[in-house]
Amino acid sequence: MEDFNNIRVGMADAKVIKYPGKLHTIGLGSCVGIALYDVDTKISGLAHIMLPFSSITVHNTNKFKFADTGIEMLINMMEEIGAKRKKIVSKIAGGAQMFSSKVNLDIMNIGNRNVVATKEVLNEFNIPLISEDTGGNYGRTIEFNSNDGKMFIKTIGHGIKFI
Amino acid sequence: MEIENLNNKYLDILKELGNIGAGNAITALATMLNQKIDMKIPKVKIMDFTQLQEIFGLPETIIAGIYFNLEGSINGNILFSLDIESAAFLVEYLMGVKVNNKFDEMAKSALQEIGNIMAGSYISSLSTLTSLSMKISPPAICIDMAGAILSVPAIKFGELSDKILFIETQFSEGNKQIQGDFFLIPDIDSFNLILDSLGVE
Repeated sequence: MEDFNNIRVGMADAKVIKYPGKLHTIGLGSCVGIALYDVDTKISGLAHIMLPFSSITVHNTNKFKFADTGIEMLINMMEEIGAKRKKIVSKIAGGAQMFSSKVNLDIMNIGNRNVVATKEVLNEFNIPLISEDTGGNYGRTIEFNSNDGKMFIKTIGHGIKFI
Repeated sequence: MEIENLNNKYLDILKELGNIGAGNAITALATMLNQKIDMKIPKVKIMDFTQLQEIFGLPETIIAGIYFNLEGSINGNILFSLDIESAAFLVEYLMGVKVNNKFDEMAKSALQEIGNIMAGSYISSLSTLTSLSMKISPPAICIDMAGAILSVPAIKFGELSDKILFIETQFSEGNKQIQGDFFLIPDIDSFNLILDSLGVE
């Protein structure tokens, strides 16, 4: 069900809204959800990235797949509808290690690498990280509310919270 | 070859591969359970990442996912998924342990082993058919939101493409106590190699 004021963001995707309204993304596993928020205008954006850096692969046409190009695009999209870069803050969630096994598979630490890359990129763009809910071994559904800048996080068996 | 350009001939061959591989995997499961299990005709799907999260209906549907790296001449991954009731049924039936929606370490190990037997059967039949070496990693397990579980093979594929290509086979037992899906997700180069090995031009 698509609510007009609650826009869905898919995997390797990003959306922006002007106040009022909400943005949500469902079933974040090792991916990272990055909410950016202009504290003055309340213009908000949400990206759902899958991988750390676009330079790791030549198959990088979808800029929203990666933390570096995804965050840059999201900032640009927000600026286009009136956000000011210096007023933008961020909240992030996700980056879990979904699968557990007795052996170490390379998929195991992709969540952590995504979180580290996301923080590095936010830092490069001088965007303060206000709060985060990352890591663990479980999925998250997140909803960002442009009214108050709060991120709602829902899990299976690990409770709900606001950050 | 670009995956968007795969024509019907290639898709039919991949479906047939799925048919043989999954057929063997499901026979292994049926033998363990001493029950007849039906499988649907495999589907070859090329999807955007966004669509992928909705394979099981709602992305928040809880499923059990058992994941394997696929290595050797062919690279990629395998995901064996069961809805949560089916996973509980299998553990209870095979282990004689009540699950009550709480999967402890022993229940998870049991599921991993069931997945291991099935994935092993799938791969060994494909390996024989194509004369390509394939092996699977030990299993890894996750019981959580379907969308979050499916994001893991998507991420692996995402390093290579903006779309994901896979062979999906659904199966169920006659009285519907077991319903699951088997996903074979070779990387793009491996698809070409499989087609080559079968003499497809």
